[in-house]
Amino acid sequence: MTLLALDWLLIIEKLVLIAIIVFASLGIALYTTFAERKVAAVLQDRPGPERAGPFGLFQPFADGLKLIMKEEIIPNSSNKALFILGPGLAMTAALMTCAVIPWGSSVQLFGRTIDLQIADVNIGILYIFGVVSLGVYGIMIGGWASNNKFSLMAALRGASQAISYELAMGIALIALLMTTGSLSLRTIVEQQMAPGHLWNIAYQPIGFLLFFICAMAECNRTPFDLPEAENELNFGYHQEYSSMKLGFYLFSEYVNMIMSSAVMASLYFGGYDIPFFDESVLPQNIAALVGVGTLLLKIVVFIFIFMWIRWTIPRFRYDQLMNLGWKSLIPLALVNMLITGAWILAKL
Amino acid sequence: MEALTSRSVQVSRKPMSLAERLFLPAIFKGMGITFSHIFKKQPTIRYPEQKREFSPVFRGLHVLNRDEEGRERCTACGLCAVACPAEAITMEAAERLPGEEHLYREEKYAAKYEINMLRCIFCGLCEEACPKDAIYLSETFAPANYTRKGFIYGKDEMVIPNVKTDPEGYAKAKGSPRNN
Repeated sequence: MTLLALDWLLIIEKLVLIAIIVFASLGIALYTTFAERKVAAVLQDRPGPERAGPFGLFQPFADGLKLIMKEEIIPNSSNKALFILGPGLAMTAALMTCAVIPWGSSVQLFGRTIDLQIADVNIGILYIFGVVSLGVYGIMIGGWASNNKFSLMAALRGASQAISYELAMGIALIALLMTTGSLSLRTIVEQQMAPGHLWNIAYQPIGFLLFFICAMAECNRTPFDLPEAENELNFGYHQEYSSMKLGFYLFSEYVNMIMSSAVMASLYFGGYDIPFFDESVLPQNIAALVGVGTLLLKIVVFIFIFMWIRWTIPRFRYDQLMNLGWKSLIPLALVNMLITGAWILAKL
Repeated sequence: MEALTSRSVQVSRKPMSLAERLFLPAIFKGMGITFSHIFKKQPTIRYPEQKREFSPVFRGLHVLNRDEEGRERCTACGLCAVACPAEAITMEAAERLPGEEHLYREEKYAAKYEINMLRCIFCGLCEEACPKDAIYLSETFAPANYTRKGFIYGKDEMVIPNVKTDPEGYAKAKGSPRNN
C-alpha cells in the first residue's frame, strides 16, 4: 500500500488553495472590468457606470449576465472544435500563471504550516514564461478557427507581437536572474525581504521598465492592443465570438493583467514584503495575511497604472510596434544584461 | 497668399531627437495630463433626477392656450397649418353651439387638432402665425413612445389644463426651467 501513502492532507490543502486563488483571481478580474470603466470615466471627466447598485458596484454582474444571456453563435464556416477551444485556452493559460506566484509567506493552521503558494517550483519563472507563451495560442486558434480574414490578420499580429516582445522580456529578465541567482519566485521575494537588501527595482530599473513595457504588450493592452485594433480589423481575433465565449476572451485579458501585475510585484517590488517594516515582529499568521494584503495592494497599483496608460496614449502603428520591439527594446535589454554582468563581475 | 487662419502652424519635419524617439517623456507628460483630470469637476447631469435648465427661448412641445376664463382660444383658422414648413399640423373646425360659450372663446373652434411630433421641427412658426395667441411652444419635450401613432398628439394632449381647476397640470404642461 505504499502507493497510497500520500500526504492526503497536503493534496486537500493544495486543492483548497487552488480553489481560493482561482476564485479570488476571477473575482478580482470581475471587478477589474468595473475598475477599468470607472478609471476611464474619471480620466475623461465622466462619472462612469453608477446605476447598478450603490456606486454601480453590481455593474460587473449585470455585464456578465448580459453576456451569458446572449445567443451563442458558431459560424458555419468555422472550425468548430478549435472555435470552442480558443477562448478556453486563453482563459486557462491566463489562470495557470497563478500557480507559482507566492501570494504570501506561510500560515499555521490546524498544526500545519501552509505555504500561500500553490507550487514552489524551483524554475517558477520559466514556468510562467511557458504559460504566457501558451496564451498566444488562444488568440491564434480563435482567429484561425473563425475563418474570417480580419480575425486571422489580428491573430497573426497578436502572435508576431507576442513573439517579438517575449524576447525583450526574457532578456530583461535574465539580467534580473543574474543578480538573484534563482528562478524560484519565492526565493526571489525572500531575497528582497532580507534586511539590508533593497527591492530589485533599485538594482534593475531599466530591466523593470523593459519588463513592464513587454508585459503590457503580452497582455495586449493599449498601446499594444493591435490584435484588437477596431479601426483596422473591426474587432480583432474575437470578432466572430459572441456570448460567454467572447466574455472569456475579454475576461482573460483582465486575468492576464492581474497575473502580470503579480509577477512584476514579486520580481521587482518585493512581492508580499511590507516596505520599511520588519514582518518578523508580528505573529506568523497575521504577518502572512498582512503580506497578502500588501501584495494585493501592489497589484491594484499596477492595474491602475495599466489602465492609466491605456486611457492616455493611443495605439502604436504596426511598424512602430515592430520598430520599438526589435530596434529599441531588445538592444536596450541586451545592453542592460551586459552592464549587469559587468557589475556582478566587478563585485566578485 | 493670405493665410485662412491665424492659428495655422508650419509642420516640423525635423528628425526626432533622442528624447522624442524614446517616447517616454511625452508619455509621462500625457499621463500627467490625464491624471490631472481625476480632480476635475464632471459636467455630467444625471438626467432623470437632475435636469438641465433650458434657455429662455427653448421651443418644446406645443400647448393650446386658454384665455383668462379658461376657454380655448383656438378658432381653427388654419394659419398655423399654412405656416408649418413640415406640414405637421392638421385640424377640423366646428361651430360653437349655444351653451358652449364657457368652453370656446370664438364662434368657431377646432374639433380636432393634431400635430405629428415626428414631422414637427419645433421651428415655432405656428406660434408666430397664430392671430389668437392660441398655440405656444412650451418648455417640455416629447417623451419617447412605442409607436409612430403615439407621436400624433391630439387636443387631449395639447390643450393646456385650466389654470383655475388644475394649476398643477397647467404648470406641468407649460413647463419652466424650475419645475421641469
